[in-house]
Formats: sequence, C-alpha cells, structure tokens
Amino acid sequence: MAALPKRLSTGDAIAITVFAVLAIFPLLAKFGTEGYLLALVTRVMIFAIAAIALDLIVGFGALVSFGHAAFVGLGAYAVGILASHGITDALVALPAALLVSALFAFVTGLVCLRTKGVYFIMITLAFGQMAFFTASSLAPYGGDDGLTVRMRDTVAGLPLLRSDGALYYVAFVCLLATFALCRALIVSRFGRVFRGARENPMRLAAIGFDVFRYQLAAYVIAGALAGMSGFLLANATNFVSPAYMSWQRSGELIIMVVLGGMGTLYGAIIGAAAFLFAEEWLSELTEHWKMIFGPLLIIVVVFARGGLIGLVFGRGRHD
Amino acid sequence: MTEPVLRIEALQKNFGAVRATDDVTLDIVPGELHAIIGPNGAGKTTLISQISGLLAPDAGTIRFAGTDVTHLPVHARAALGIARSFQITSILPRFSALENVALAVQARSGTSFRFFGRAASEPELNEPARAALAETGLAARADVLAAHLSHGERRALELAIALAMQPKLLLLDEPMAGTSHEETERLIALLQRLKGRFPIVLVEHDMTAVFALADRISVLIYGRILASGAPEVVRADKDVVTAYLGEEME
Repeated sequence: MAALPKRLSTGDAIAITVFAVLAIFPLLAKFGTEGYLLALVTRVMIFAIAAIALDLIVGFGALVSFGHAAFVGLGAYAVGILASHGITDALVALPAALLVSALFAFVTGLVCLRTKGVYFIMITLAFGQMAFFTASSLAPYGGDDGLTVRMRDTVAGLPLLRSDGALYYVAFVCLLATFALCRALIVSRFGRVFRGARENPMRLAAIGFDVFRYQLAAYVIAGALAGMSGFLLANATNFVSPAYMSWQRSGELIIMVVLGGMGTLYGAIIGAAAFLFAEEWLSELTEHWKMIFGPLLIIVVVFARGGLIGLVFGRGRHD
Repeated sequence: MTEPVLRIEALQKNFGAVRATDDVTLDIVPGELHAIIGPNGAGKTTLISQISGLLAPDAGTIRFAGTDVTHLPVHARAALGIARSFQITSILPRFSALENVALAVQARSGTSFRFFGRAASEPELNEPARAALAETGLAARADVLAAHLSHGERRALELAIALAMQPKLLLLDEPMAGTSHEETERLIALLQRLKGRFPIVLVEHDMTAVFALADRISVLIYGRILASGAPEVVRADKDVVTAYLGEEME
C-alpha cells in the first residue's frame, strides 16, 4: 500500500500484460492444444474474479474472510436452482446470483464486522460452513450430490454462452470489469476511507467516519462479485455442488490471493492461475499433489512476502 | 457569562475500585483555552476520552453545543465538531501527510460513499489539507509518508488533521509529550495563534506551556477537580501547591 501512485503505475503495466495475454490466449490455444486448456484458463478467470473480490477486503481492508467460497456457491446455486425450475436465462440468473450473494454478505456482514482479527476469521468460517451444510441438506436440489445444470444459460433467449470460446470471453469481460471496478474503488473517496480503516480505525472514527458502514459496503461488494464468479462457474461446469462452498475452497481463495501478492488486485489473477495450473499439472504426477504444492506455497510465503509478483519484481513488502 | 460550548455535569467513571472520574462538573466557554493539569493517573485522559466518546461514563451528562452527546459514538461526536489529538500519536502511518489531512477534509465535505473518481486528485480536498499543513509548519512534508515523519512532525500532523476538521471544540491530550525543546516552542506559538478560533481543552504536563497559554486551569487529582479558575488563582491555591504544583514548579 505504501506510495500508492507509484505502485499502481508498475501494477498497471503488469495488469495490462496479464489482460493482453488472456485476450489473445484462445487464438494461441487453437494451435496445437485441445479444448481443455481453454476450459482451464476459463476456470482460472472465474476463480480470479472471486480472488480479486477477496483481495479487495483482505488486501486493502485487512478483513480476512475465511468464508468467501460461500458467496461463489450461492451464485452457482442461484443458477442451478433457477435452471431446475426451467429459468435458464442469464438476464434473470445473473442478477439473482448477484442479489443472493450480496444479501448474504449484508446479513452476515452485520454480525461478522462487529468482530476483529481472529474472531472475524472464525465467524466468517462459521457462516461459510452454515451455507455449506444448508446446501448439502437441500434434498430437492441434489443435497450432498449437487445438481446438474443441463445446459448453459441463454442471454435474452439467445444461445450466446453455448460455445466454449464465447464463455471464455464472457468470463474475460467479467474479470476485466471486476478488476476495473475494484481498482477504481480503492483510489476513490470510499476506498480511501476503507484503506484508512485498516490502518487506524480509531483515527477514522475520531475524524467522523462510521468505519462499520464502509466495511459493510465493501464486504457486500466483494460478496456480490464472488456471486458473479459462481454464476460463471455453474455455467462453465454445468454442475453445482455444496463443495463449492466448503471451507477448503475458501482457503484456496486465500491461497490464490497470498500466492499472487496481496493488496495488488492483479496478483489475485496470477495467484489463481498459479494455483489452478499447479493443481492440474501436479495432480497428473500424483494424487497427493498437495504434498508438493504445500512446501511450494511455504517457500513463496516465506521468501517472497509480496507473493509471486514480489518474487519476480523484487518488491518484498515490509508490513 | 456566555453560554458554554461544552457542559459536563456530575461525570462519573470507575475502573473497578478506581474512581477515574469522580463527580466532575466543568464548563468550557467559547474561545477559551482550558488547561487540565494534574499528576499522572489523575484521570485526565479518561476525562478527555469521555468527552470524545471513546469511553462511556458510568453517570453524569455531557452536553455539546446544546445537544446531549453523553451516549453518542465517537464518529457522531466528531461529526458535530469535537476534534481530538491522542496522547500516543494516532495517524495513518502508510498514508502521506497530505492524505492524512485530506481524509479529515473529506469527512467534512459531502458523502464519502463515492466509488469512482480519484480522491487523491480532488482539489477541494487537497487545498484545505495543504492549508492545514502549512498552518502547522508541515507544508514541505506533504508528500512524505506519515510513518517517515519525526515524532514532533507527527504531533504537528495530528494537529493539522484536527484543524482540517474545522472543529468547534479541540481536545488536546499532551500534545507536547516527547517533543524537543524547539518543537515545544513551535507548538506553543501555534496554539497561541489558534487560541480564540475555537475552544481548546489542553491536557499538558509542561507547566511553562500551560501557564503561557491557558485562560483557565482545572486541577484534577484522583479524578476530582481540586481547583478551577484563572492561572493566577490556581497558582496561588494552597491545596493545589501542596498536592501538585509544588513538585512541578520548582
């Protein structure tokens, strides 16, 4: 966070590179490799949306949410449940996904944000698990097994998401919008108050800000964005499962943020890519791929406090 | 006598068996600089914290500009115009000096639920902030991170933040604590200039500063007000001299 303007300009260069690579990736993927790579990168972008949303509150507000996957799951379930009732249009499903996850963030945020530090982590974890068990017990919607979404949503009746290439670019646009929104937010008046609250909440109150309201708003925004990621995930996998909400998933989102470089936004994209590619490749070597991934993660965290970005650009953070 | 800006009545605060504030009744009138002195542990910071809202009193009332603020939270009292500095400097270390002050301006300027537009390039926030920095002698240090400022500069920054709030009452909790001799001189001169613009409650151990600045002095001992009045009167008070000033003034 130090020296914000300078940092952002370096960051902008990295962000532009990342988005440029993502924009032309499907063209490159056509040569040689099969469709699975396209699907994998689509998945990277979908999780990157949730990870950026998480970085917004963790990296800029020190609100370490350990229940962020619940919002992703809620967004996915909005798609799945609507589809099981025959409503398969994105113009309904997407707003529903955003609304449900935002509402869940608002209600749980009212409680969570009364606590600080470790208690905040525990209570967000508890709410995440509540969502997980609720989804598991939804017998009409598959319970433990989850439910299959037979086909992708239409957009105003048109089958715009049917091809994998189209879904890729929809995910790309959503990711770009998420990044642009969060980036604008952190330098706005709102973001300044939110960042200040993490530095010194007592000072913020003493100059007249009700810190709680700003943190709640950021929490709701982060929740809604994760809900959007869930909407895309359900469409990409044609499947919705309680596992989307498990605490392991929340942990993976935190890993993505930390791995890429916390408090940078674009780091979340790199972290999501690193995590999902490692999962993909290492799990081909052994089913115990986390035995390899774990130590790798420790090395990154210990030796590059700014995440992979910090490792490459040599900007260890001293905070 | 003019209507007081701040009226504290029968204020009571206990920490377990310790009476930190014991039946304190105090008026602050417009424009005065009211110093609160007393030995360590007399309850000076506790009193300031109850006025600013950080601590809730056990009994008694605090009225500010005609409103009962006894149960209002800190941010609501700040919004009414009560600004404070802390005994242990309270700033945003990873914000620049300018941003620290601009945030205080922002609290006074329209809504902060504005999600777009770059706050750091809003002249309506930066100009008043620069003016407040200039007033406290920090104009040249505007772009330095608050964490990199010297101790005295941070104390001055806290004052600049308070000024940017356009306060109707300023509470200063030991602003001279730990500052060098020259910095103390500069702070006294600054407070001298600010005096009269708004009422100031000054908690301070530096008796030179207190007697140079105060219009009225209240002496707090074991949470009680032992004496209250003009500096000459307090200085001559036998009880005060025995209880506190004797050791401080030699």
